[in-house]
Amino acid sequence: MTTAPESGSAVPESRRTALIVFAWLWVGAPLAYGLYELVRKATQLFTG
Amino acid sequence: MTPPLAPVGWSRWLVPPAALSVHLSIGQAYAWSVFKPPLESALDLSGTQSALPFQLGIVMLGLSAAFGGTLVERNGPRWAMTVALICFSSGFLLSALGAATEQFWLIVFGYGFVGGIGLGIGYISPVSTLIKWFPDRPGMATGIAIMGFGGGALIASPWSAQMLESFGSTSDGIAKAFLVHGLVYAVFMLLGVLLIRVPRPDAAPKAAPAPASALITTAQVSANSAVRTPQFWLLWVVLCMNVTAGIGILEKAAPMITDFFAETDTPVSVSAAAGFVALLSAANMAGRIGWSSTSDVIGRKNTYRVYLGVGALMYLLIAQFGDSSKPLFIICALVILSFYGGGFATVPAYLKDLFGTYQVGAIHGRLLTAWSAAGVLGPLIVNRVADSQEEAGKSGPGLYGLSLTIMIGLLVVGFVANELVRPVHPRHHRPENSTGAEPEEPKEAADDHSTGERERSA
Repeated sequence: MTTAPESGSAVPESRRTALIVFAWLWVGAPLAYGLYELVRKATQLFTG
Repeated sequence: MTPPLAPVGWSRWLVPPAALSVHLSIGQAYAWSVFKPPLESALDLSGTQSALPFQLGIVMLGLSAAFGGTLVERNGPRWAMTVALICFSSGFLLSALGAATEQFWLIVFGYGFVGGIGLGIGYISPVSTLIKWFPDRPGMATGIAIMGFGGGALIASPWSAQMLESFGSTSDGIAKAFLVHGLVYAVFMLLGVLLIRVPRPDAAPKAAPAPASALITTAQVSANSAVRTPQFWLLWVVLCMNVTAGIGILEKAAPMITDFFAETDTPVSVSAAAGFVALLSAANMAGRIGWSSTSDVIGRKNTYRVYLGVGALMYLLIAQFGDSSKPLFIICALVILSFYGGGFATVPAYLKDLFGTYQVGAIHGRLLTAWSAAGVLGPLIVNRVADSQEEAGKSGPGLYGLSLTIMIGLLVVGFVANELVRPVHPRHHRPENSTGAEPEEPKEAADDHSTGERERSA
């Protein structure tokens, strides 16, 4: 398997941490919205 | 496109969000039903016609995952995610054009055919990369991604409904909604394309010491060789039976809970039944990450023993006592749905245990044909049986007795198939010094492979 040669430089730790937080927020925010809507609907089982 | 190599110091915790950005997007497919009523009224379609884009999409998912898997392994995850982004987004843009010009065939072609290729390639795109980054916890890693596929529908369902409410349910409104979907998903999936990296060969994470399981191999099997092994087809049966059993509940969840308690003191209202369906979605999603992570601890074979054995027991409880206790009915259904989700999420790690990481994504793609088969088998059994029982004059829980018994039978078949899974014969292993560009044919001469000896003695 050949690999891209340009990606060998090191990533500074501060930038890495910021990137991890950003990436998880990127996917976490819409997922939280979906879960919130789901919980709202699911409560109808007990109240409806 | 060459696979993107991780720079020094790259965190493996950047890989799950990359995978999630793709899976949360393509999981939208299961929220297609939001578009059905507006399409039916705007383009004068029947219910069967409005389901066509989704059905073709699922068929294309299975086909592209099965036939595109080897390409994905060869070209790497960034190439695969790019293809998934272009196809999935273009599918929406073509559908927007179809809705604006009131050409339904263009929606079927765009969303179903082009978008469906994006579904299949996107579904398998991060699997082998995740396993390579998390050799110590492959079940958890693939569970996170495949949980995203379940989560995608949770996001898309209310979001699409709100958009249709804002733009209107006319053909123009639907076209605008499709256009926004295509553009937003393209941007959202771009994160995955940009973030995904394969581990450096010299700094790849090391697997934890292997538990004393004969089923976990360090050998590698190509996709072409894997489909010639009984293990692949046994797992195919296991996945097909587990998914069919889950669909048995999913397909009829709302009418089932209503019928079970129709003649009791506490009948279930329409809104409560909708709440039950939502709760099942939560169980499906939780099962994907929860059970798949558990499989890293208790082993893959034991996990499927639970899915299939306890699943059969849950079905038996519903059949025998379901109408006497609402909490019991709900708990059993939730457990079954968590096993349904768990079955999807655990299978890549099971494949990795049996066939190694070499072409696990491609093997996974081929195994997903079991999903396509179950997608036909499950609804067919449940709907046909329910219709025939209704014609026979049955009502309430009596409508479902036969289909519940059939589901138990299918789970028992899956349980037996799982019991028959043994380590892959070393003749299917790739030689240790092979470079790995192309899948290799089975080598009979490799029978004295050292890993095979380790497996036989384990």
